[in-house]
Amino acid sequence: MTARNQRGRQKDKETRDARTLLLLSPCLLVLLSLLATSDARASDDTRDEAVLAAEARRIETIERISRPTIAIFDANGQGGGSGVVISADGYALTNFHVAAPTGPAMKCGLADGRLVDAVVVGFDPGGDVALIKLLAPDKTAEGNSQRAGSSPTPAAPSHDFPAAELGDSDTVRVGDWAYVVGNPFLLADDFQPTVTYGIISGVHRYQYPAGTLLEYADCIQTDAAINPGNSGGPLFDADGRLIGINGRGSFEKRGRVNVGVGYAISINQIKRFLGLLKSGRIVDHASLGATVTSDPDGRVVIDDILEDSDAFRRGLRYDDEIVRFGDRDIRAVNAFKNVLGTYPGGWRVPITYRRDGQEYQARVRLANFHRAGELEALLQSQQGPPNPDRPPRRGGPRRGPPDEPQPPDGPRRRGGPEPRRGGRPSRRGRGQAELPVAVKPFYEERSGYANYWFNRYHQQRVWNAYLARGDFADAGWNWKIRGQLAAGGDVEIELSQNEGAIVMPQGRSEAEFGLSLAQETSPPRSGGLLAALHLWQRLLLVGPSRFGETHYVGTLPWTSEVDLADCLAATYGGVATHFFFDPQSGHIVGIEMQAADDQDPCELYLSQFREINGRFMPHRWVIRRGDELFADLRITALEWATATAEKE
Amino acid sequence: MHLLPKDQSQIRRGGETRRLAGKERRNRRACAHSLSPCLLVSLSLLCATTNGTFASDGAASFGAVARQVQPKVVKLYGVGGLRGLEAYQSGLLISAEGHVLTVWSYVLDADDVTVVLDDGRRFVAQHVAADPLTEVAVLKFDPGKDPVPHFDLSQSAAAEPGARVLAFSNLFGIATGNEPVSVLHGVVSAVAPLEARRGAFDTPYRGDVYVVDAAANNPGAAGGALTDARGRLLGMLGKELRSNVTGTWLNYALPVKAFAPTVEDILAGRFTPPELREVDRPDHPLSLAVLGIVLVPDVVTRTPPYVDRVAPSSPAGRAGVRPDDLVVMIDAQVTSSCRDAAELIGRYERDATVRIAVLRDGAFLEFDLQAETGN
Repeated sequence: MTARNQRGRQKDKETRDARTLLLLSPCLLVLLSLLATSDARASDDTRDEAVLAAEARRIETIERISRPTIAIFDANGQGGGSGVVISADGYALTNFHVAAPTGPAMKCGLADGRLVDAVVVGFDPGGDVALIKLLAPDKTAEGNSQRAGSSPTPAAPSHDFPAAELGDSDTVRVGDWAYVVGNPFLLADDFQPTVTYGIISGVHRYQYPAGTLLEYADCIQTDAAINPGNSGGPLFDADGRLIGINGRGSFEKRGRVNVGVGYAISINQIKRFLGLLKSGRIVDHASLGATVTSDPDGRVVIDDILEDSDAFRRGLRYDDEIVRFGDRDIRAVNAFKNVLGTYPGGWRVPITYRRDGQEYQARVRLANFHRAGELEALLQSQQGPPNPDRPPRRGGPRRGPPDEPQPPDGPRRRGGPEPRRGGRPSRRGRGQAELPVAVKPFYEERSGYANYWFNRYHQQRVWNAYLARGDFADAGWNWKIRGQLAAGGDVEIELSQNEGAIVMPQGRSEAEFGLSLAQETSPPRSGGLLAALHLWQRLLLVGPSRFGETHYVGTLPWTSEVDLADCLAATYGGVATHFFFDPQSGHIVGIEMQAADDQDPCELYLSQFREINGRFMPHRWVIRRGDELFADLRITALEWATATAEKE
Repeated sequence: MHLLPKDQSQIRRGGETRRLAGKERRNRRACAHSLSPCLLVSLSLLCATTNGTFASDGAASFGAVARQVQPKVVKLYGVGGLRGLEAYQSGLLISAEGHVLTVWSYVLDADDVTVVLDDGRRFVAQHVAADPLTEVAVLKFDPGKDPVPHFDLSQSAAAEPGARVLAFSNLFGIATGNEPVSVLHGVVSAVAPLEARRGAFDTPYRGDVYVVDAAANNPGAAGGALTDARGRLLGMLGKELRSNVTGTWLNYALPVKAFAPTVEDILAGRFTPPELREVDRPDHPLSLAVLGIVLVPDVVTRTPPYVDRVAPSSPAGRAGVRPDDLVVMIDAQVTSSCRDAAELIGRYERDATVRIAVLRDGAFLEFDLQAETGN
């Protein structure tokens, strides 16, 4: 509401029956008299142009940021919270603790009054983030024919959802103005969101998780009012750019209402997870494989490290001091946790550590925080999201009780049924039969996934894009590859269905491609180059659907932290291999095969694609293992049984 | 409408005697209606509408102000940790040599209080002095060679209702180590006398405070800074208190002028706690006996001040004080022991009217007593 509207309305009230006024509480009288004073001031012609310009800017911004903000309810229109649309095709962000209790289908109210169906896409329970997708009602008929099971194709994209502009939360500073938009107390019957504004009270805040879930690392603290129902809604900067997702407040003895402290998950953290959430998976957070503590001198040092972790293989040891992690200097344990908490498992993060006065640098691959299946089991056992009202007590008695981090969960409407707090029926139990017609075509239940439909869709998308670059289905297993090492020397590789051999200046190595590839690490020091080439061949020949157990991981950094690559994980012969696809060209630009858990994987960096008989193949292969370059290979000839390759 | 009551409170410095007349208290009680929540809402609305620009008040950006102020606010860690009793609060650096001004509370009831600076440096501070009337305390740590950034209490500012303010504190203990304290923004809703209580007890300070519309006074916020939009110190955030009138939580700060002279005395080494000031002694002190009350024998350090006998024809007897009543307050002061009660009553002139509060079978009863003239 603008200032002038406010005054206008108050004036209207003043002209009403005086008796009504007398019945009003004295405080309103005070308000009226004060506003009358301000009216007198406003009618003065000395109004500051800058004030009016700022007001106009604020009104424009509020209109702009209200449009992508949505109110979220479950399929029956109950419970809920807030969310924000981030792309015109309907992807929207909210909290895990908002989306998880609704089940796979939900209803979203837009600021323009529309109520549309939405489906869950991906969960990040550790970071309290969920990705959902709004489904345009007029497009669902087309979606109906695309049942999961057959080859799914994208729902005809409807590019009419108002989307928020993503900001850069690392540039947010204390004292900046900020807007919170959402549906506090579920006030918005017409879905017109409520706007509160305030300043950024703190950045890089760390708020402890509940168990291992709902950790708010590197979060943004604001004094803009965040109340129950604001959960999952957007935090915007003064220019209306999305800088965070609100989800938590410090509530203590004054009841579950805002007391000036709300927390938002930073948008930069979410940007790293976004490409993974689109996979339909339940995405895990990261572990370094080591824990840190602060020593009496205030240094952050490793106090425990797993010997089979990448951190250990990269050289980190007990009592090493962490100097830098990610792009931050580390001077406190919270700073370390802030960096770690913003990365998904699988990312490689630069780390600088100090030992005996000497600094060392490494890039460490972060492991998943939970063991395989542990996260799913955790969610299953809790029958829904963890109860955020009872976080674990942490810290010694001297620190006093930590504040009660209670995500402002959506209250129910007055007179509504009891909310399903902490006791929702299992997802399995709901059954797809209950799903709304609009949602049904876009949801597929599978253990370990928030919505397998999206995983299947992206597997197909990535593979179809690759096929446009060359179909190897009839290329056969017998390949001959010749190349030259950048360091000098010829290389010859021969592959067949059951074995492979490589001749390098240092000698000849062979590998057998039996049922298990787990120990096929030849040639020595390569981490299993021959096995990796066999698995690459296998993917090209049989495709992901017949390769073995295959899933789409999402987007991960490969050669660039900025331009992420699509990643397919494929397991065969007891070995998990990651294939990285360039989203622009569709080429396979990387292969990472880990022959054994406690060993560094063999990494192939593929580039310089040229066409050979209608099929694109990379002509530069850089093979790395751990910190070492195994080979930088320039391919001079590629032959397969059915066709002969070019010669340079 | 009392926006700026001229009542200068009962806290007077120097040699003046502290008198609390019943009439004066009633006046103050009337003023306190100004602290009702509906007024806070209406006032803040007014300020938001008339003072609407984001960068108004001709100040630098809040960000620049915050970065300038945050290093002068410290995190304090002391005693506590039980439910509802946080072991932390905030403090203001007030000298380059490591003097910390904060609110006197149980948190400081320790041999050592840990001070953590904005840059993460950690020191152990010693108690210097505390003033029970304003409930401010000064601690001191040794910062070594490097002087610390600090507020200059002689350069503080004042603000009128409607002025934009920033509140800096470590509320909820959110900031640890080298993390800067939290910043909240708001406006001054009123400048009015404090009429508040903590639990069942009235606060000793009754002077003017800045009432703000920011949720400034949360757990751990006591001892934080209230500044204007330019970062000039206006006051110190107080403990969590509820309004005596409405029971709602108050958001307020003690103005600098309420404690600056005391702090100046403390820093100059000439401060003595009020009960030791000879000048504070009335010429003809009142006593419980004069009012007709005899407490139980004072046998241990903190003997509870139970009434043993009441002279029937005394002021206490006529007013209805009875044996076995527990004297819990004399005016605004808590009486936790016989010694306390005797000490407190001795601060009044013999002809003063005092309000004595007692607990009887769980009921809280108050009696206004005045010694008979000619006694």
